[in-house]
This record gives sequence, structure tokens and C-alpha cells, in this order.
Amino acid sequence: MKVTFEINGTAKSVDVEPRTLVVDLIRTKLGMTGTHIGCDTSNCGACTVLLDGRPVKSCTLLAPMLEGKKVTTVEGLAKGGKLDSIQVGFHEEHGLQCGFCTPGMMLVGKALIEANPHPTEDEIRWGISGNICRCTGYMNIVKAIQHAAAANATENTAGVA
Amino acid sequence: MAVETAEATEAARQAMGGIGVSLARKEDARFIHGQGHYVDDVVLPGMLHMVIVRSPHAHARIKGIDSTAAMAIPGVVAVVTGELLAQHKLAWMPTLSGDTQAVLATDKVRFQGQEVACVIAETKYIAEDAAALVSVDYEPLQAITSPQQAIAPGAIVIRDEKEGQTDNKIYHWEAGDKDATDAAFARAAKVVSLETFYPRCHPAPLETCGCVADLDPVTGNATIYMTSQAPHAHRTLFAIVAGLPEEKIRIISPDLGGGFGNKVPIYPGYVVATAASLLIGRPVKWIEDRTDNLISTGFARDYYMDGSVAIDENGKFIGLRVNLLSDNGAFFADAQPSKFKAGLFHIVTGSYDIPAAHIVANGAYTNKAPGGVAYRCSFRVTEASYFIERLVESAAVELGQDPVTIRLNNFIQPEAFPYQSASGFEYDSGDYPRAMQVALDMLGYDELRKEQAEKRAKGELMGIGVASFTEVVGAGKGKDYDIAGLRMFDSAELRVHPTGKAILKLGVKSQGQGHETTFAQIVAEELGIPASDVEVREGDTDNTPFGLGTYASRSTPVGGAATAMVSRKLRDKGKLIAAHLFEADVADIEFARGKYNVKGSPDNVKTIQDIAFAAYTNLPDGLEAGLEGVTYYDPPNMTYPFGTYLVVVDIDKGTGQVKVRRVVAVDDCGVRINPMIVEGQIHGGLTEGFAIAFMELITFDDEGNCIGSNFMDYLIPTAWETPRFELGQTVTPSPHHPIGAKGIGESATVGSPAAFVNAVIDALSHLGITNIDMPLTSDKVWAALRSKGVTE
Amino acid sequence: MFPAAFDYIAPGALDEVLSLLGQHGDDAKVLAGGQSLIPLLKLRFAAPVIVIDIGRVDGLEGISRENGHVRIGARTRHRDVESATDLRGTLDVLLDAAPLISDPLIRNMGTVGGSICHADPAGDWGAVMLAVGAEFVVKSAGEERVLPAAGFFQGPFTTGLQSNEVMTEIRIPVGSGKSGGTYLKLERKVGDFASVAAAVHIVLGGDGRVASAGIGLCAVGAHSIKATAAEAALVGQEPTDDVIAAAARLAGDAAEPKADIRGSAEYKRDVARVFVQRGLHTAIDRAQGAAA
Repeated sequence: MKVTFEINGTAKSVDVEPRTLVVDLIRTKLGMTGTHIGCDTSNCGACTVLLDGRPVKSCTLLAPMLEGKKVTTVEGLAKGGKLDSIQVGFHEEHGLQCGFCTPGMMLVGKALIEANPHPTEDEIRWGISGNICRCTGYMNIVKAIQHAAAANATENTAGVA
Repeated sequence: MAVETAEATEAARQAMGGIGVSLARKEDARFIHGQGHYVDDVVLPGMLHMVIVRSPHAHARIKGIDSTAAMAIPGVVAVVTGELLAQHKLAWMPTLSGDTQAVLATDKVRFQGQEVACVIAETKYIAEDAAALVSVDYEPLQAITSPQQAIAPGAIVIRDEKEGQTDNKIYHWEAGDKDATDAAFARAAKVVSLETFYPRCHPAPLETCGCVADLDPVTGNATIYMTSQAPHAHRTLFAIVAGLPEEKIRIISPDLGGGFGNKVPIYPGYVVATAASLLIGRPVKWIEDRTDNLISTGFARDYYMDGSVAIDENGKFIGLRVNLLSDNGAFFADAQPSKFKAGLFHIVTGSYDIPAAHIVANGAYTNKAPGGVAYRCSFRVTEASYFIERLVESAAVELGQDPVTIRLNNFIQPEAFPYQSASGFEYDSGDYPRAMQVALDMLGYDELRKEQAEKRAKGELMGIGVASFTEVVGAGKGKDYDIAGLRMFDSAELRVHPTGKAILKLGVKSQGQGHETTFAQIVAEELGIPASDVEVREGDTDNTPFGLGTYASRSTPVGGAATAMVSRKLRDKGKLIAAHLFEADVADIEFARGKYNVKGSPDNVKTIQDIAFAAYTNLPDGLEAGLEGVTYYDPPNMTYPFGTYLVVVDIDKGTGQVKVRRVVAVDDCGVRINPMIVEGQIHGGLTEGFAIAFMELITFDDEGNCIGSNFMDYLIPTAWETPRFELGQTVTPSPHHPIGAKGIGESATVGSPAAFVNAVIDALSHLGITNIDMPLTSDKVWAALRSKGVTE
Repeated sequence: MFPAAFDYIAPGALDEVLSLLGQHGDDAKVLAGGQSLIPLLKLRFAAPVIVIDIGRVDGLEGISRENGHVRIGARTRHRDVESATDLRGTLDVLLDAAPLISDPLIRNMGTVGGSICHADPAGDWGAVMLAVGAEFVVKSAGEERVLPAAGFFQGPFTTGLQSNEVMTEIRIPVGSGKSGGTYLKLERKVGDFASVAAAVHIVLGGDGRVASAGIGLCAVGAHSIKATAAEAALVGQEPTDDVIAAAARLAGDAAEPKADIRGSAEYKRDVARVFVQRGLHTAIDRAQGAAA
């Protein structure tokens, strides 16, 4: 069947079997391999994408459910060669080690600070609790999201001035 | 040389990205763009997909396999069975511990999840559809689910295919001195004992294992993209197992989504995918799903430990006895040096000056997955550290001493290094009392003890756990330590190009540890080429020097040493070139931080970049061109990182839930190359230690069904459960390592479980509760409380 | 891990959904947020011939108040209940339960009605709906029924819903008394199903006595359990520590847990008791603090 949606700002129309998982559609059909598979049982969040701006697990979505929706993957974070503040935060604060959970963590972090620009540490930990990281112990992921939030706040202030 | 101020030296080091600089990671760029390149990202033209049909039974005879229905599905290319592999002598393969393991079962299945057949199809979807249709006729047999059951007389023999194997015993191994230990116990004023079980857990890296095997039928070249922590060793084993010519095999281990020991062994899936690619003539991809990973690949621990410490009238430990019984599963596939059947468990004397020790270890086959990998651990050091730190806690309780006091009284003292342990190790360096003191000060120990007393008076449960671990890591020297016969050296190859930019190629393999940054920093420190100008390459056997890989915290102790040594080689060659350029005697050339000068003329310098250019353009007569070298480093000894971890917990009497309030971790891993990366390693290790102590568990029911076979039941903590960590450090350099570093990857996983458990026991010991086996789930804590009549 | 093949249809109107359900019956599965169904499909525990996606049917989402009820569209997402902060003081138990359902990403997709109809014995909404005395509006071609939560949950993954019916709305009565409630959940980690959970919803009369009490238990039986004896022991009583403790014991007795990897039956029963006791204290404190 045909499914039409937007991914990272680009319209796509693809032919898929209804049972195709969105993560597989993105990785195999669209060849964008930044979205990962870590568990199969909706527990790990390595497959996180933004669906109309909200983080969801793309291993637990069927391709036809994308009809008419907007998807953002890690490949859509940097714009025109400029890193998103969340990407800068993860690099500066050593918020990644093996990099496997990182795309999902960054997308969740980005959505989190867009909804709540000044999150507390507890709010960040709660907000990323649908995503597993096996390497970092989350300490520096929390800092990375705080780093991005602070950068956004500075940029917004600068914009106002 | 001009005299530099300390500030100038530090500024130069920062600019260079040398040792001690928290340089942001060079490898991050591709990951934050989603451009990491993992095995599952590899797509080759004509690539097929493989799915493994696994046994639902823990123990059963195979009476027949019918793949007719599976083969009838359009898009299915082949169904591979053990029978087919047997025709190519590939039905069995050697393990890392000198045993054999079925690649695909032919006679019997011996654990739930064992590989029985493989379906190869045009897409993953088709392969899964077909796998469900492969019909296997099983005759179930009694399952053996514990080593105690396995070694009991009359137990059904699991490995009945092995010539001469009439029971389920695998090995008997001893270390230390039995007579001296017996004598110590005979004169002891007090003997304290502990019986405990370190349960089966699993490294469960977020990326599962897998490969893409691409055998070119025309050239005979075999390129295998593989989730491998040890690509060179794996190439050699592939050559031996599959009979392929080694020079035709190229293993590429691209970015790894974590490893933690899980990606050390060779698994049946790799072998079948490779064989299938050879037989079909097309590339074959095999990627485990999470259940495949948890039920069939290398588990860790599963150690039953009981032992005693003999204590004299002054409270000094004088002897240690430990008996081990290990559950090795259906095939003895522990990843460990071949001389040491219980790995390096004999480090069990830990941080204590115990003059006599004796360790007896026995292993047993059971109907469980094989493995026995060291999950973020140097070959059973974790079990050893856990046992001694738990036993010392028991001793403190029985003697009525503070757990800090009993440790301080028994530590190996700083002046005793190098220290010969009773079980045969030579500890390189340490200062245990200092690490303890730093940790106590960070925690505010005395205040918390007061709070605990107040709480206890009100019936509230709070505990403080102490663990002062000593590890043995580095996995060398080659004379004593090997993997499947390959000596445990490691290698570095460094080439500086004419423009002064360098490529460093290593035999080790990062799984997230940040090698591309850390090893560039070693070159920066030793050769004065900025870390940003040093490109680090790993994981491709065609393009890196032979090495044994990354596990057992050995990258920095061995690969890091090799990097320093090869840098020094090039630095020395640079002196010959500098002498030529200065028209001076080599003996008069000085070098510091990338600059050469003639003694007495500090302002007239040639940079390492000048020297590199000259190495290709302006050489003295008789000197080989180029600025390139390779070092194979065989360490003279292991390194011995140590530290003290303190944990504070509060326990909910009504539910048994344990809340970890604080974790203070003071690590001494010698010289820290990139402190930021070191701290990241400790954070990760503490989290896995916390998870093992409280959550992670692979267990089995009486029929051998695996419980913990997906992430709904194999519990990995999220940011919400994971405690905050407070880190401290001391620095006691390793005297035998070229840059004084000891390795840090595993300390926290080794040292922290005992601290977490000791904290819980500390909260409960006044009630008479002395042991709860991990994981300390709320129901077990509640049951312990209930047994003492405590309730809400 | 992939689902077996199925046909898929996403009608734009409820009538079409009902007609398809009438036609396919047990061969069809209704897809709302998919957070329970898709994992079942992937594990191949469910292999429907056709999946009917109700995601494009209008009018199934949203939370509103009318005629003494709070109405929740069946396809309302857990996240939307979580952020419906105006329910505080009226239906505390919903607000306390919503953030404890699975994890934040699942809550962005998963739906209240989907979770109720899935009827996992460890699903959170079942216990909550029993505690608040909810009613479920279910429709089939040409018929509408209103089913009380009590009696709806009949066994593991089994409800009073017929195979030709779809749930469209949840109605929760809200009276005029002072009310308070809460939800307590023992989970091994975020994203885990409950080992034990308890939902408590109390209304106090003008005299300070308990006017009505709702207690739902989660994960301690073949389905969500309404602790009716405990509720009865509270109604008409002044909520003293003794009365609460006695009711909590009755709630513990109502639990029918089975031992598993999460703990013994005895353990789960006692945690149910402890949670109901703690929950009642919180609920009553909140009700006493609430404006009538």
C-alpha cells in the first residue's frame, strides 16, 4: 500500500506492506540508518523519532500510521550545516559513548526542552526514562540536555535583545 | 632548553590535547549526526538475510527437521541445518576455553534457545515467516538447571557426545597454598564464613551481535563485517574453524554499540552466515534480535561461592579459603586465558594483606546457554571482588567492628608495594588507606553513621555500604596469558605523513570507550603532534596491526603502552633527522613537546612537523625514508587499579524497596589520560554495577525455560532508577606502564556491586540479616524483613 | 522481530469501522495507539487477518465535563490525561496514575480506551476505572451499550466487549462531595508493568465521614480487581487510622496474586494492603483539604 508523509521536511510517498515497522521503513526503505533497533519490545528507545514533534518508538508503529504525519529523525537535527543545540550539548558534555542510543536520546532531549525550556534534573531524568543508555550512566546525558537548554535560553534572550 | 613555567607547560599541553586534558571526543561528530556506522547499517548488493531457528527445549533429542514448508515460501533461498554443516565439518566449533560447541544442533539440543537451523531469504520479513514454519521433531529430556544438580551422582549426562565424558563435570582447578592456609585456620582466633551466589547476568549491549558475511566465490576473498571486540583474534579463529586461508579473510568491526564482553566470543550465527555466503555466493546478513542476544550469547557470572576468613586475636586476616562452583551452561565457553580455569578469580585476597589463601574451583555443565564472558570485568575479577568485600562485611558484623576500621586494619600498606599476593599476583602499586580517606571525607561518613543511629532508634532502615576493591587488569604478559593460544600482547602502528599529520592504527577495538581521542592524546603527549592531527584507526584486520582486542580493561594498559612506545620510537628516529638538519651530533639533540633543538640553543628548533617533512624529503645518508613504526607491546605485569566506593541506602519496610540515596566512588586508575572519558567510564560502570546489584538477572525455571529473555524482564535501569554519582580520585601511577596508566573501563562494575549489597546488609544486620543474594529485588528484601517479623 | 502479514484499513468514519467489525469479527483487531497491539503482533501472539486503524475517526479524543461526568474519548492518549491538570481535586487518581503508565514515549502514543480494552491484568487503567466507578460506552453497528467498569474485566485480556464492538468513550461520575484519591504502583523500573498497584478514590460527606470509596487493585489477579469489602468497610465511617487499617487488610484479602519472578503471592498481597493503607491516608488528606 502507499503511504505519504513528511520526513525531515521532505515529502515521501512509499509503497510498503502494512506490517512494515516504521523503524524498518526508515532504515531500509529510506536508507537513513541513524535510527537504531535495540530491543524489539518497546523498552529501549534506540528507535525514537519525533512524530508531529513528539518522541515515539518507531519500532512500535506500523508504516501506514505515518499517513499525513511529520517525522523527524536524527538526520533532521542539524540544519544547513549548523548543529542543533542538543547535538552541541551531547558533544560538549560527553553525553555519548558508543553512540547507539544517542539519536533517540537527542530527539527526546530536544522535544523535552521545547516543551519545558528550564527543566530540573528530575524532570530530565523522568523525561528520558523511556530510553535506555548502557554506557553513560545518564549523568552526562542530563548535563547535555541542560547544556542545550541553557544555550537555547541564551539564544532566545539574544534574539529578544 | 628554555625554562618553561608550569603555566606555560600546562597551556602547551592543553593546546596539544596531551595527557590529562579533558578533550571533547573526536569521534562524536559522526554519532551526533546519526552517521555512526554499525554492522546493521551495512547493505551490500544482493545481500540475503538470515534468521536462526532456536530450540524451545532446554534438553531434547532431535529426531528430525522438516524444512519443506519453509522452503516453499517465495523468497526463501536456503534452510541450513546441522546435518548440512556436518558435511562441511562445521557442525561443531572450538570454544575459547578449549571445549567444543555445536554450531547447529545435530544430535541434541542442550539449552533453550540453542541454534537448530538457519533460514536465509531475500528479506528479514520472509526469513522470519519461514523460520516459524521449520518443523523440528524433539524428544524432550530431563533438563539440568543447576550445577549442584549437574554434579550429583546419576545425573543425566549433557555432553554425551564427548569421548570419555561420563558426568557433567568440566574442570577442577586450585590456586594458592592449601597447607599454609590450613595452618592459618588452625591458629585463628575467629573464623567468619560466607556463602553467596553471584547470579547469571548478561552484558546486553544496546546493539546486539551480528554480521554481514561476504564471500567472493571468484577470488575466495571473505569480508566479514562483525560485531567484534577482538577482530584479529576472530580472523585467526575463523581461519582455524572454517578452514579459510587467513590472508583471504578480512574482518571489519565497524562502530560497536557497546560490547561489555558480549562481543568477545565467536557465535554460531557468524559461522553459519559465513558458510551460507560461501555456499550461496551472495552476502548474508545476520542480526540478532534482543531475545536471541539474551538467551544464547555470552552470559556472565553464575558463580556459587563459599569461603571463610581466618582472623587472629588482633583482628588481622591470616588466611582465606574459597570454594567455587560455576554453572558454565551446555558448552564450556568462558572467555579467559587457557591456564586459568576460573579466570583471575584468585585475585580474591583483594586489597588485604592475607598471607595464606587457597582457592578451589569446579565447573559443571547445565542445560543453559554457554558463555561465561566477563561482563565489564577482567575474567572473574568481579566475582572475586564481590566475594571478599562481602566477606569482610560479614567479618565486621561478627566482630562488631565498623566496616571502615576492619578494612584499614587489614589493607596492604602503601610501602608494601610491589606486593606478592598469597595467590600468586604481584600488585604493582597502591595506596588503599588514602583512597578510603578521600571517600570518607566526600561522603561525610561520621555524620551519616549518627543519622543511621537516630533512624534505627525510630525503626527506620538506612545503611552505609563500603567496598575497597582491587582489580587485576591489562591481560598480559603473553607468557602467562593467552586467548585460544594467542599471546596477549597488543600493537600500535604510527605513521607521520610529510605534512606532520599522523595515522595511528591499533590492534584494540573501541566499543564506545573513546579510543579515537584517548590514543591520539598519547601521541600528542609523546610526540608533540596535536591530538587533532592524529587519526586513530581500529577494527579492520587488513589495515591494523595484529592485536588481541579490547576487554579486561586492556586497551590503555596494553594498546596505550604500545602507542607510547611506538611514539617514542618515532621520536628517536626524529632525533637522527634533526641531527642531520642541524648538522649536529645526535647525542646533542634534545626533544620536548614536539620540538627538537641542539643542547645550548633552545631557541633554534625544528618542529616534529619539520622533521616529518624531512623524513620524506631531506634524509641523512643511510637512513630509511619515512616516519613510521610499529610496536608489539608485551606488558611485564598486569596493572592493579583500586578504589573505595561508599553507598547510602534507605529501605521502605512496607514494600522492601531500596532507594539508593548516595554513591561516592573514589577510583585510582593511575594516570588519567582524558579525565572526562575516565569519569564517563566510571559512570557507566557504576550504573551496570547498580543494575547487577538490584535488577539484572537471567534465571530459569525447573524446565530450563529462560526468564529474562527480553528487556521487559531483563531489567536495564533508566535515568529514573539510576542514582547520581559523586566521583573522587587518587593517582598512584603504575610503575611498569610507560605512562603510568592502569585502565579504568571495568573498575566500577567490579567494585560497586559489593558496595550496594553491603549498604543493604548494613541497614538490616542489626535485625540478624547477614546475606541476601543479588539482585536485591524488593520482594527479597521484604521476605528477609518478614522473616524477622518486621512489617509496616 | 516482525508481525505476520495482515490487511490494513484506516476508515475515516466510525460507521465504517463498525461495519468492518461486524463483517470480520474475531479476525479483526482494532488499532488505536498500537502500544499494546503492535508488540503482540511482533511477538506473533496475535495474528489478525485485518487491522482496523481507528486513528482517522473524528470525535474519539478529548477530555470534557458534562452532566456530572468527566468524559474521556476512548482514543485520548495517556499523555493527555497526564496533562489534564484541571482534574486535580476531582479525579486525583487519574492524574497520579497517568504518569506511571509505561514510559513517556509510550504515553505519547498509547490510548486510554485501548489500554482498557486490552485488559492486561497488570494494566493501570483497569484498577483506576474500578476505583472511580467509570462506565464505558461501546458501539457496534446500530447499537450502543454502556457498561460499568465493575464486571467489565473478566479475565486476562478478556472483557465484556463483543468482537463487533468498539469503545468510544469513558464516563466517570463526579459528585459534589469533597474527593481525593491517588495511585500507588510498585514497578521494577520505568516502563515495567505493575508488580502490584492500587487505585484509591474517596468522597467525604459533609459530616467528614466517608460517603463513597473506590478501591481498585492491579496485577494481583486474573484481571483488575474491585476491593468491594474494603470499600464497604469505609462507607459511613469516620476515616480513623483503625478504620483505614482494617479496610486495607480487607483489600489485601481481596487480592488473588500468583507467585512469579516479581515476588511471592504473600508479598504481593501485603504490598496491596500497604498501598491501600497509604493510598487511603493520602486520599483522605486530600479530600479533607479539598473544597467541596
